Amino acid sequence: MPDAKPHILDIRGLRKTFGATEVLHGIDLAVQAQELVFVIGPSGSGKSTLLRCCNRLEEPSAGSIRVDGADIMARSTDVNAMRRCIGMVFQSFNLYPHLNALRNVTLALAKVLGKTRAEAERIGMAALDRVGLADKAKSYPGELSGGQQQRVAIARALALEPKIMLFDEPTSALDPELVGSVLAVMRDLKRGGMTMLVVSHEMRFARDAADRVIFMDHGRIVEQGPPQQIFSAPREARTLAFIAELTR
Amino acid sequence: MSRFLDTFFKWPVFERYLPAILKGMAVTIEIAVLVVIAGILLGLALAVVRAFRLRAINVLIIVFVDTFRALPPLVLILLVYFGLPNVGINVPSFAVLWLVLSLVLAAFAEEIFWAGILSIPKGQWEAARSTGLSHLATLAHVVLPQAVRLAVPPLTNRTIAITKNTALGTVIGVGEILNQATAAQSFSGNATPLMMGAVAYLMLFVPVVVLGRFLETRFAWRRV
Repeated sequence: MPDAKPHILDIRGLRKTFGATEVLHGIDLAVQAQELVFVIGPSGSGKSTLLRCCNRLEEPSAGSIRVDGADIMARSTDVNAMRRCIGMVFQSFNLYPHLNALRNVTLALAKVLGKTRAEAERIGMAALDRVGLADKAKSYPGELSGGQQQRVAIARALALEPKIMLFDEPTSALDPELVGSVLAVMRDLKRGGMTMLVVSHEMRFARDAADRVIFMDHGRIVEQGPPQQIFSAPREARTLAFIAELTR
Repeated sequence: MSRFLDTFFKWPVFERYLPAILKGMAVTIEIAVLVVIAGILLGLALAVVRAFRLRAINVLIIVFVDTFRALPPLVLILLVYFGLPNVGINVPSFAVLWLVLSLVLAAFAEEIFWAGILSIPKGQWEAARSTGLSHLATLAHVVLPQAVRLAVPPLTNRTIAITKNTALGTVIGVGEILNQATAAQSFSGNATPLMMGAVAYLMLFVPVVVLGRFLETRFAWRRV
């Protein structure tokens, strides 16, 4: 398959060790523009670490990571400038509890991009509107449901117009009835052409929204392919066992 | 009964020494306010510096903090007041009292702010850093606003405890309330000025204690 679209994220030979334990044993992964790549695997397989290396919340031990062509591990890289091009959504939302929804979204716009208050609020409101929460702009995180908090968190990342968004188990901390609203927002992002790397176990979502599914185990990519292949006809025994366990 | 009143509430003595006690109150308020400002600001500054986790600097901060929390303030006051002139530095007693109490409050305040900073979940740092905020910006806009709220109740208590120590100034001749009261008591041979001093302390610190209780409930943080 020829590379029609450029790689937004290009990971080569990524290794990560914590102390004496190597948790990523050389990961190669390229994500194309507008692609939605799903990463699944048992807990402890290194999925989250892989994601967190992509914006250097974890410092990679070896290998290279390029985001939109720029080597994010180069000595000359401005880490803060690099990070604002990479949106990240966390399992536990991590909204700022002392700021309302709008201020959660506008903080980086004002403090990192130096937008004026009016400009930041305009962008912030547009981002909240995109996740369907414009009416909750003045609400504090403690007054929002988990699903709403996670959508605000998505708006916070989105407002910076990232080149790629990383989702670290975005629905794992949610009550089942709240998962749908977050997935709907992610689906909308996908339609809007956002490039996404998602660690999640939402199999049904992966099936109909993902372009590619990666199965990781013990710090390695075991198998990857379109969702139909991974979920219905995996080639590797480990993938099969994991899928069987999940869909049981 | 009349003997009791004569000892503690003698009108002529009251009238005579009221100006002195009022002057003492003014001095006490002055020192207390200056100590609170300097102590809390220095404590906050030290906690912020400590959050950069530079080992050598943090060791110095910890040594300072532990020393000033361990030593009785009176020992420090005497040490500075009677020690410094021996090396040729003459500091007025007012300044000695202010300096020592500010440093003691700063030491406690640093520990309280630091505990507040540490109690902010790692996810708050990660979320802010992932949007491109620098370490300092994250500290200033995300971590400290939350940490300071957590720090208010313990800080209020500690601040009250330390500002009350302005009474120690009496041993080096700072003209604060207790100093005025004991002087008046020895001149008059009557305990009324001491009673006046006690009332003056109540008038100053009861409102502060009440304010502290208000702040404690006001700032009780609703966690998400």
